[in-house]
Amino acid sequence: MPRRLIALALLLALSAAAYILIDLKGPVAFILPYRLTKLAALMLVGVAIAVATVLFQTITGNRILTPSLMGFDALYVFVLTALVHTLGSVGFSALSPGVLFALNLTAMTALGLVLFGVLMRLARGDMVRLVLTGIVIGLLIRAITEFLQRLIDPNEFQTVQSLSFARFTQIDGVLLAVSAVAVIVGTGLAWHLRHRLDVLSLGQEAATGLGEPPASLHRLALLTICLLVAAATSLAGPLSSGGFGPASFFGLIVTAFAHMVTPTHRHAILLPCAALIGGIILIGGQLVMERLLDLATPLTVVIELIGGAVFLYLLLKRRAA
Amino acid sequence: MIRIEGLSHAIGGSPILHDIDLTLPEGGVTALIGPNGAGKSTLLSLIARLQKIQAGRITVGGQEVGRTSDRDLARTLAVMAQSTHVSARLSVADLVSFGRYPWHRGRPGAIDRDHVEQALTRFDLLALRHRFLDEISGGQRQRAFVAMAYAQDTPYLLLDEPLNNLDIAAARDLMGLVRDMADRDGRTVVIVLHDINYATGFADRLVVLKDGRIAAQGQPAQIVTEALLRDVFGTSATVETLQGRPYVVV
Amino acid sequence: MRLAGAALLSGLWLLSLAIGAADQSLADLFLTPEGRALMLESRLPRTVAAVLAGVGLAMSGQVMQVLARNRFIEPMTAGAGQSAALGVLLCTLVLPGAAIGVKMAAAALCALAGSLGLMALIRPLPPTQPLLVPLVALVYGGVIGAVVTFVAYQGNMMQFLGTWLTGELSGVLRGRYELLWIGAVASGATYLIADRLSLLSLGEDAARALGLNVGLVTAAAVAAISVVTAMIVVTLGAIPFVGLVVPNLVARLAGDNLRRALPLTALAGAILVLAADILGRVIRAPYEVPVATTIAVIGATAFVVMLNRGRTRA
Repeated sequence: MPRRLIALALLLALSAAAYILIDLKGPVAFILPYRLTKLAALMLVGVAIAVATVLFQTITGNRILTPSLMGFDALYVFVLTALVHTLGSVGFSALSPGVLFALNLTAMTALGLVLFGVLMRLARGDMVRLVLTGIVIGLLIRAITEFLQRLIDPNEFQTVQSLSFARFTQIDGVLLAVSAVAVIVGTGLAWHLRHRLDVLSLGQEAATGLGEPPASLHRLALLTICLLVAAATSLAGPLSSGGFGPASFFGLIVTAFAHMVTPTHRHAILLPCAALIGGIILIGGQLVMERLLDLATPLTVVIELIGGAVFLYLLLKRRAA
Repeated sequence: MIRIEGLSHAIGGSPILHDIDLTLPEGGVTALIGPNGAGKSTLLSLIARLQKIQAGRITVGGQEVGRTSDRDLARTLAVMAQSTHVSARLSVADLVSFGRYPWHRGRPGAIDRDHVEQALTRFDLLALRHRFLDEISGGQRQRAFVAMAYAQDTPYLLLDEPLNNLDIAAARDLMGLVRDMADRDGRTVVIVLHDINYATGFADRLVVLKDGRIAAQGQPAQIVTEALLRDVFGTSATVETLQGRPYVVV
Repeated sequence: MRLAGAALLSGLWLLSLAIGAADQSLADLFLTPEGRALMLESRLPRTVAAVLAGVGLAMSGQVMQVLARNRFIEPMTAGAGQSAALGVLLCTLVLPGAAIGVKMAAAALCALAGSLGLMALIRPLPPTQPLLVPLVALVYGGVIGAVVTFVAYQGNMMQFLGTWLTGELSGVLRGRYELLWIGAVASGATYLIADRLSLLSLGEDAARALGLNVGLVTAAAVAAISVVTAMIVVTLGAIPFVGLVVPNLVARLAGDNLRRALPLTALAGAILVLAADILGRVIRAPYEVPVATTIAVIGATAFVVMLNRGRTRA
């Protein structure tokens, strides 16, 4: 297993190097910092979503769920819209990135915990109902957000819209630093929980029997998930393509690959593996889209396309088995 | 000793257990039996703190359930729940190793590995150790789960209908191993059983539940009678005695 | 029930005619020449469009639920709507000067292909897991939606796409909504085969045993759904959830016999869309909230409730 992790790490280093070096012409002093910032942002987002998705799949006990599938991404735009709605676009743009991040993080974590609690209560163990309810609640949050956006002034509407797509082009240095701290803290927490998460994969009752009652672990894991997703989305915007699609499937692709590369229940291996794959997909994907194919489409659209197909495949395969 | 005092429990407004007082002595195999919906599994899961106690008190080996830390309790009692469905893809050895978790909290040492080897050997799982749980038979899987509970090395062992869906060979085999744990290691085993004949054949004591109350308790030979079958189970069947143990003619 | 519904619809109809940016009393609309012009050019078409869309969406939703034998599915979010948008988009990219008729045909054909694809996908799903069908359908719709976004980005048509992704009635004028009548005809056609469709809900084998040509009826129904969906997407844009919520509501009141239920479904669909449009016009006048947005809020809420009420019976 460790050999595979090393191979992944090499692959990640390779794609990062290629991302920095390919087509590096013109004023290097200008392009280099720009590319480095973008690389750091991609890396942070990839790791954050990967780790959050692994945690989420462990505490829900199934492998086709992701936080964004359950509407966590939609919450981000909702919080933004609500902020613009209450503060006005002038007041909103007066907020420093640090304050905005803190506000977003708090609101998303609080709402995320509520959302998850509601979903778990509604689903009561039925996985398909949980996913479906989650997707529909995600659609509902999106619809309410859009409704709110129409109620604010059309000019202010522009402010929100420019913020609500995943974007890796303009990244504020302070925001990057704050997010980096949040991602490091979140990842550290996840790592700290790794053995307890292993026990949870046995199911709720067996875990209780081994002295690891799921309830407290659920809360800790959820807090970590909210922290990571909030950090990723406020850094780069939600990863959903903004089209018809119910949600981003990025986390799903990452964990599906991670389970293929390292088929284990041990989070000590699964977590780093997923984190590496998350980085590789975002950086490598951006490299391919931007430098090699020269496509105008954001990477997220392609991820949604492939991810949706992977989701259907996993769902239908599970049934066949 | 497991001591239960004034235990009542309701699920969604409908009462499941009514004011139960029960003392189970140290050692031996105690079987909980009774018709469907009598509250056997609820009683077991309350002892095992799989559900929260609503009213009453349970102590296991002097430790009060609900007040003792989860970790300490996990070193006192092991439980094998009714549903043994595991979403993760685990090998038999992985599963049995989990039994040691309360002792090492994620960092297994030499002692833990010894215990796992011992459990695998004793439950005849050495040949299967690298097989995944979804690749082996139902009987082998149940055996692996009991082996995990064994590896947990606790004085008390709770098993909830471990014979579900097992054929006669696997069921007898498993009950033999359970019997052996009580006899050789002096563990206190409480087991929920569906089939009275397995209970009379392997248990030292029976506790009979009906509608959330204890209808009878004692040695099988004393309490399994045609009257009990009629009053508690609502069926008129003959009881025959064979080698000192009563058996219901089905 | 029908009478009450019809009365409600007429009331909304008048209200819809009376509300608008220009301040005209209802009497003026009929009596003065400017008023008449305004009404014929803008308000009447808009009102008619809302009613036609509501009828088409609700009826095609019900028909699709019968075909899929599942209550939680509708064409607009299950691939047909997205496929129709893809058809228009591709047509605009490949043949920029194409007549509206050609675009329409492209949309309808793509919607047909999208619906058939979905049918093939959900056919092997076990009937014991009813929620699996809407889950697969939603994600399938999402995947096609992502294809649409991809094509739009590559063709530099994201702006253009926005109008199709949210159904709006504000652009409806005389001469720009009449395609909806084709959709209305297609909806009407489903009523003609209502009895046969009802038989299908007994299951394919039972229907065949009763002498039904299952293949033909299914094909006709899928074609009708695709035409209706395509016409609505081409003229107004996507309007989600109407086809999901309305038939469920009607089935609760009137049962599943399509010959009885379809007219009620049509009526209720018209009421919902028209009411949502009126609400969207009033709530933040002079700006408008698109009808699709209003309905998405109502529809998604209703869907969540439906999903979790079904549990007690299932």
